[in-house]
Amino acid sequence: MSETKLACRNLWKLYGSDPSGFLRGQPGTPSIETIRVGGYIPAVRDVTLEVMTGEILVVMGLSGSGKSTLLRCLARLIEPTAGEVMFEGRDILAASEREMIDIRRHKMGMVFQHFALLPHRTVLDNVAFPLQVRGTDRQKREARAREVVELVGLKGREGYYPRELSGGQQQRVGIARSLAVGPDVWFLDEPFSALDPLIRREMQDEFLRLQQMLNKTIVFITHDFDEAIRVADRIAIMKDGVVEQLGTAEELVTHPATPYVAEFTRNVPHDRLLSVRAVMAPASSRTPETTAVRAHALLASVARQVLSSERPVDVVDDAGMLVGTLSRDSLIDALYSAEVPA
Amino acid sequence: MSATTLIASEQHQDKPSTPLTKSLIVLLPFLFLLLAASMLPDWAVQVPKNWTVPFVDWANVLVEHLRDDTVFGLFSFRDLTRGAAELITWPLAIVEGLLVAGFPAIGLPAMPWLMIMGLAGLLGWHLRDWRLALLSAGCVAYMAIFGKWELSMITLSVVLVAAPIAGLIGFGIGILAVKRPWFESLVVPLLNVLQSLPHFSYLIPIAVFIGVGHKAGAIATVIFAIPPMARLTILGLKGVAEEVREAGKMAGCTRFQTLWMVEIPSARQSLLVGVNQVIMQCLAMVVIASFVGARGLGHDLLFRLQALKIGQALENGVAIVLMAITLDQLSRAAAYKQPSHVAPDASWLQRFPFLAAAALVVLGSLLLTAITPYAQNWPSQFTLSTAPFWDALVRWVTVTLYGPLQVLRNAMLLYVLIPIRDLFQGIPWTAIAALVAAAGWALGGLRLALTVLGFVLFIAFAGYWERSLITAYMVTVAVLICVIIGLPIGIWASRSERRTGIAKLLCDTFQTFPSFIYLIPVIMLFKVGDVAAISAIIIYALIPIVRYTIFGLRNVPAEIVEAGITSGCTRRQLLWNIRMPLAFPEIMLGINQTIMFALFMVIIAAFIGTKDIGQEIFRALTFNDAGKGLVLGLCVAFMGLTADQLITAWATSRKRRLGLA
Ligand SMILES: Nc1ncnc2c1ncn2[C@@H]1O[C@H](COP(=O)(O)OP(=O)(O)OP(=O)(O)O)[C@@H](O)[C@H]1O
Ligand SMILES: [Mg+2]
Repeated sequence: MSETKLACRNLWKLYGSDPSGFLRGQPGTPSIETIRVGGYIPAVRDVTLEVMTGEILVVMGLSGSGKSTLLRCLARLIEPTAGEVMFEGRDILAASEREMIDIRRHKMGMVFQHFALLPHRTVLDNVAFPLQVRGTDRQKREARAREVVELVGLKGREGYYPRELSGGQQQRVGIARSLAVGPDVWFLDEPFSALDPLIRREMQDEFLRLQQMLNKTIVFITHDFDEAIRVADRIAIMKDGVVEQLGTAEELVTHPATPYVAEFTRNVPHDRLLSVRAVMAPASSRTPETTAVRAHALLASVARQVLSSERPVDVVDDAGMLVGTLSRDSLIDALYSAEVPA
Repeated sequence: MSATTLIASEQHQDKPSTPLTKSLIVLLPFLFLLLAASMLPDWAVQVPKNWTVPFVDWANVLVEHLRDDTVFGLFSFRDLTRGAAELITWPLAIVEGLLVAGFPAIGLPAMPWLMIMGLAGLLGWHLRDWRLALLSAGCVAYMAIFGKWELSMITLSVVLVAAPIAGLIGFGIGILAVKRPWFESLVVPLLNVLQSLPHFSYLIPIAVFIGVGHKAGAIATVIFAIPPMARLTILGLKGVAEEVREAGKMAGCTRFQTLWMVEIPSARQSLLVGVNQVIMQCLAMVVIASFVGARGLGHDLLFRLQALKIGQALENGVAIVLMAITLDQLSRAAAYKQPSHVAPDASWLQRFPFLAAAALVVLGSLLLTAITPYAQNWPSQFTLSTAPFWDALVRWVTVTLYGPLQVLRNAMLLYVLIPIRDLFQGIPWTAIAALVAAAGWALGGLRLALTVLGFVLFIAFAGYWERSLITAYMVTVAVLICVIIGLPIGIWASRSERRTGIAKLLCDTFQTFPSFIYLIPVIMLFKVGDVAAISAIIIYALIPIVRYTIFGLRNVPAEIVEAGITSGCTRRQLLWNIRMPLAFPEIMLGINQTIMFALFMVIIAAFIGTKDIGQEIFRALTFNDAGKGLVLGLCVAFMGLTADQLITAWATSRKRRLGLA
């Protein structure tokens, strides 16, 4: 991964009568009890994270854990109480309204949970809206909008109004709109949770297909772990406004930083998450057998081979060097016991 | 004062008390003062004359200052208002010229009636369907055929001019209120008061500052219709989903773009409902503005009523009602019309079929006019009149129903109205103040108690306490009868989809009628007096209670009803144990509306000779006494607001407790 695209440092968002005064008056970092007793609602507390260029960062957590608030602070849709938000190396909290408008017009896009389409505009006009706002002339913006509409698979519906579309189609319009200006950073706030499971699955595939073509920097919110695993490079788990842990899905499962994260990841299907490397036993150096499996393969892809073999299967790295062995028992333990091997 | 000490002494009693003790606390001081009335000193029973605060004089000083003294150096405020009033002359002249008067100066005739009919029909078709087309074309044709052309077109032009102006002003106020919190906190209470001021209170300052005449009537109409638009604009803009606003922001909208391209279009439906309200208020007002000389159907109606020509009055009433229904249906259809897509390869004709048809209508009617003058004006020798029919009806009613109606009227007076009136007049004013304050305290705490107490004290010390009591008694009787009649109707109508549909349609229709219309049938039946006035109030104020009862009963959450059914409730048990308790807060809001409607009507009923505060307002209008009119108007508004504040507080907390809000 390359350089940092978007980052926040010690980001706070409290709701209440005078949050910044309250926060300044506190010695050190106030605990959640202090904040609540003080009459404030802690939405985001002391969050520091970085998103790399081209990375998909998924933010997860239960309802009310502060995911949306964090996202809106990153996009500066709401003003954080304290902290910094760095976008391409500059603090956007110091940006003027004009500069902020400029950044949003050219570099940011957002997809909303409830689509947030403009009911009086056709699909084409909805998608062209961000271009219209920044003053692109009609012909150009419609041409571009047509392109994006086709990209999300809505060709032929350009003249429809939002209420004439199904939920999945409406969200495609929302996606198309957020892509119209070709943003660098793409924010998605539970984009698929208002859709039913089958459509959701389809939209996730669609999303991954698009990302493969576009390679954006993405902050993606969801409360569905399956969805997170499917799309994420890294996952941040939030609770009560704090990021409890940030890492790859595998790290979260194999090395949960807090009991909360362990609890959160307990029911995750391990076979699609853990790689062979995470569960193999070390091996002495020798020549690997020809049936050896790759260390970074997911357990699901090697399960059949390992389970049908009497003896432990050899594990090799990309260079073909033997790095360990995987036995039937340790595979079964990894998949079906609550204990996750360290 | 007894009421304030009462609040002070009971303030610290904060622990939750049972409903029974609470209502006892509210009622006790009232009952005590009521029963001890004979032992109380005089000042505690009757408001002493020398306690009167000269609100009226103050208001008059202000009015006179504005009227006579130059405030802007060279001219007085009145000159300014009169100057501003001139501005409306132009659009009024143009629209009137188009519809009926023509432009003699440049030798241009008005639009032919056939053209207006065709365009009205097209508009109806475009906004909804052929049935609306038929209604609007039919309405125009009715005016032409039945000899109401000029009057109705004059009325229509006032509405067509006043509604956009009022709409734009209200829209502007609403936007400002949403964008500037300090302005909102200033303007919302003002809107509340303005919306509860009776129609006549608007007319008096108009008469003073602008004078009487058609133009003054138009201005009164504009002013009267501003508050509902402002209110619905605020409601609509606040109702725009935060997410949609954020979507605009993320697209990089400036503040102005957010407002203009995101918020206003998203609030389109609420705004158009506001426009519907504005149009209906304009029509209601332009009828009443005939008291300050607005011409048109209302003026003619007033004239016939004063001459007790009931048949002809009815004929005018029908025309007004028809116009009201049509305008309401058209503006409603506009509000609920949803855009839908057209095929991308559609021709110009397919894209704008109605524009093309309109052009066709204009050309066709002009062509016909060239052939026959009948297309320009409906020939007067073919004009029909329904007056003979109405006259016959009135005669029949007078002849056959005179006896029974007299009996009914006398019985009402003797056994219901007079006893209740005497009862009301026997209540010490301190008792009423104590009751209102205690209720306010029980329902909403000290703040509410002080607010409503302030309202009552204003009325008491303004010097019109006895008149206000008569108004209160008439409203009380009317509202009680409304509840007795309206509740069962509402319950009956909520039983099935079909009945609800019928009842709603009737309510919608009756509500569009300008309130003044309701006086015609009661004059026909009861001539003048309290019984007539109360009957008019009842017919008019019945609408909200029926509407809210149906709404409340039908909106009880389905699962709760199903839970009742599975527990084996009979229909009766379902109604009384489940539906009614849950719908009750909504029904109370309906009663609240009924009180508001009743207050509006009771003032208008002054026209048929009541002895209440309305009569005083009426007199103030005749003598151009603006200060008195204003103070009396505030008295009426404060009566309404007292009830409104108390009931709303109750219903809100009750709904919250039931988990419905
Ligand atoms: N405008 C506001 N005023 C007061 N409190 C707020 C406001 N917005 C959010 N909160 C509070 O901040 C906390 C975090 O809210 P947020 O919407 O970020 O949660 P979330 O993780 O997105 O939840 P969900 O999954 O339900 O969307 C919640 O406790 C919420 O009640
Ligand atoms: Mg959220």
